[in-house]
Amino acid sequence: MKTKQLLLGDEALALGALNAGLSGAYAYPGTPSTEILEFVQSHPLTKERGIHSHWSSNEKTAVEEALGMSFCGKRSIVSMKHVGMNVAADAFVNSGMTGANGGMLVIGADDPSMHSSQNEQDSRFYAQFAFVPTLEPSCQQECYDMARYGFELSEKLGIPVLVRLVTRLSHSRAVVEADNEPMAQNAISYPKNPRQWVLMPANSRERYAQLLKDFDKAAEMSETSPFNSYTDGSDKRLGIVVTGLAYNYLMETFPGGCPFPVVKVSQYPLPAKMIGKLMDECEAVLVIEEGQPFAETQLRGLLNRTAKIYGKLSGELPRTGELTPDSVHAAFKTLFPDLCCLKETEVQAASQVTKPRPPALCQGCGHRDVYGALNDVLKEYESPKVFGDIGCYTLGYLSPFNAIDTCLDMGASITMAKGAADAGQHPAVAIIGDSTFTHSGMTGLLDAINENTPMVVIISDNLTTGMTGGQDSQGTGKIEQICLGLGAHPDHVRTIDSLPKLHDDMMKLFREEIDYKGLSVIVARRECIQTARRHAAKKK
Amino acid sequence: MKTDIVLAGVGGQGILSIATILGAAALKENLYLKQAEVHGMSQRGGDVSSNLRLSSEPIASDLIPLGGADLIVSLEPMEALRYLPYLSKNGWIVTNTAPFVNIPDYPEQSVLENELANQPNVVAFDMDELAKEVASQRASNMVLLGAAAPFIDLEPEKIEEGIRIVFGKKGEAIVESNIKAFRAGLEKAKSISK
Repeated sequence: MKTKQLLLGDEALALGALNAGLSGAYAYPGTPSTEILEFVQSHPLTKERGIHSHWSSNEKTAVEEALGMSFCGKRSIVSMKHVGMNVAADAFVNSGMTGANGGMLVIGADDPSMHSSQNEQDSRFYAQFAFVPTLEPSCQQECYDMARYGFELSEKLGIPVLVRLVTRLSHSRAVVEADNEPMAQNAISYPKNPRQWVLMPANSRERYAQLLKDFDKAAEMSETSPFNSYTDGSDKRLGIVVTGLAYNYLMETFPGGCPFPVVKVSQYPLPAKMIGKLMDECEAVLVIEEGQPFAETQLRGLLNRTAKIYGKLSGELPRTGELTPDSVHAAFKTLFPDLCCLKETEVQAASQVTKPRPPALCQGCGHRDVYGALNDVLKEYESPKVFGDIGCYTLGYLSPFNAIDTCLDMGASITMAKGAADAGQHPAVAIIGDSTFTHSGMTGLLDAINENTPMVVIISDNLTTGMTGGQDSQGTGKIEQICLGLGAHPDHVRTIDSLPKLHDDMMKLFREEIDYKGLSVIVARRECIQTARRHAAKKK
Repeated sequence: MKTDIVLAGVGGQGILSIATILGAAALKENLYLKQAEVHGMSQRGGDVSSNLRLSSEPIASDLIPLGGADLIVSLEPMEALRYLPYLSKNGWIVTNTAPFVNIPDYPEQSVLENELANQPNVVAFDMDELAKEVASQRASNMVLLGAAAPFIDLEPEKIEEGIRIVFGKKGEAIVESNIKAFRAGLEKAKSISK
């Protein structure tokens, strides 16, 4: 029996995993992947079966924890946003080498158009590099179905499987048919070949040769995957290779059916035989894929001699930003201006009276008061620099604060401030949130403590992971202890409430620590206004 | 049937509950639905939109093509105007006229009114006001949903069913107050669009 439900792509994947005998879900919050673990946390089966669903400190610890569960023969998922793949890269790339025992899905949610991210990197490149097969669902139902399929694929090949999502699938809802009866969980069982789990050179050399063979097997499996298909078309002037979500835009362009032959790809390595057949039969090929030109680059090769290939590199499709039904429509219009089945739509001009409305820190947010006091103090110095980080407080870059000079990645505020202080910069101020601090700030702080670098680290502690909607923060209640434990001097680990009425006290504290010729940590604390409201409503 | 809707507003205003209600109603009616929404950074007081597509036939794209929307439904007048290129030739704009001013260069009210008046099919009134009158200001998104209902290929009773499903857990009083706001919006829109 199946039941229809309305689910986000993220939720459909999570439900698919739960129904396929999941034993542990791991993640660090990050848009657009956050809802995967949140769904697992809120599902009754999680409590009933004791499925692991606690947030991890960062994406690397999450992947390693999921791999430990797989080592014991159980099915695990680990989810993150695309830039989280960078944090997890060491563990992820080497998980291809150890392989998986229980089925393991690594879910990388890419964010083309950078709705809530600092770049447009495409997780498929990581999988190819790590010799890990990839699944790329095109719709919410495939998200659901691919969880079970992915676990089975992972167990068959003995390798983790990457599931690549994109924002428009992660955060789009549709009707999904889901099983009513969840599968049993795997019992504990250990790897058949324990040697490959100890990646010492002698073992690794042997394993690497095997992994390359297994990846060839994965390529064979792509040819017969239920998620890859070859659909013939009468017009052979063009063949289409379309991957993942982009398939929907192709179908939107041709509601009456696509006149050209189509290879739909949702499982990688790319099905070479299927695509070869398409290239043999058609005069040219158009590659439509969300994100970077991953498939297109492979089809072209270095010399690009075999066939005419159109796509993002030749300019028919935009090189930056996410695809839309309009950009796919326009690509066909460029290639075949007279194609009769292309619908023409009248589009009115954009209104000239609207103004941009950028996001801003909430009214009543403690970060506002930290920036207010910090800006007022820094006016007293000639050339202050403030090194920012990833979180709501990145919005401090915008007016009216214009308070930060850099934002690179999780944790980089502390380490970039240190490098700048090493270069002679004074004042060098790092501003970082509590969750980002425990994600990737602690190790950098240790560097600065060991050298007593003259800089100030402000941990703007709102007791939550705010930007992604208020998930538990791993350091809550122990930020000062962590700093002291790392060796910060107790006289220069100072705490203040980031309240408007303490503006002058905050200024005084900032000034004292900027003038101290060594490392200081200031914990400015106030609960996130969003979670505070939620807590207040619960109490009522 | 097919209705493609661009939902618009400012982060935190509550456009997603409108989507949730229509989703619940569509699921009950066994319709196809796709609804793309925006989470993350832009929810912090920035402009937000959601594409909601309802159909009796399978839907391909999660996003509505330019010139394809049957409806722009907005909780804020300037946000309604942001999506004009998505509106189809015979499409309708249903919008709250109460401005949400959180930027320094927000246009004059008269500029927005004129721009809206240039559009052929518009239902625009102060929904915060009406919500306050019949329920509470928090229910202005239900007034908006009611005002949009005549242009959605789904009977108002079925949308009310969606309200019951979504707010049911919160108790009968909340359900009734939301339905009251919904009906008030519906009546007002009918009287304007005649």
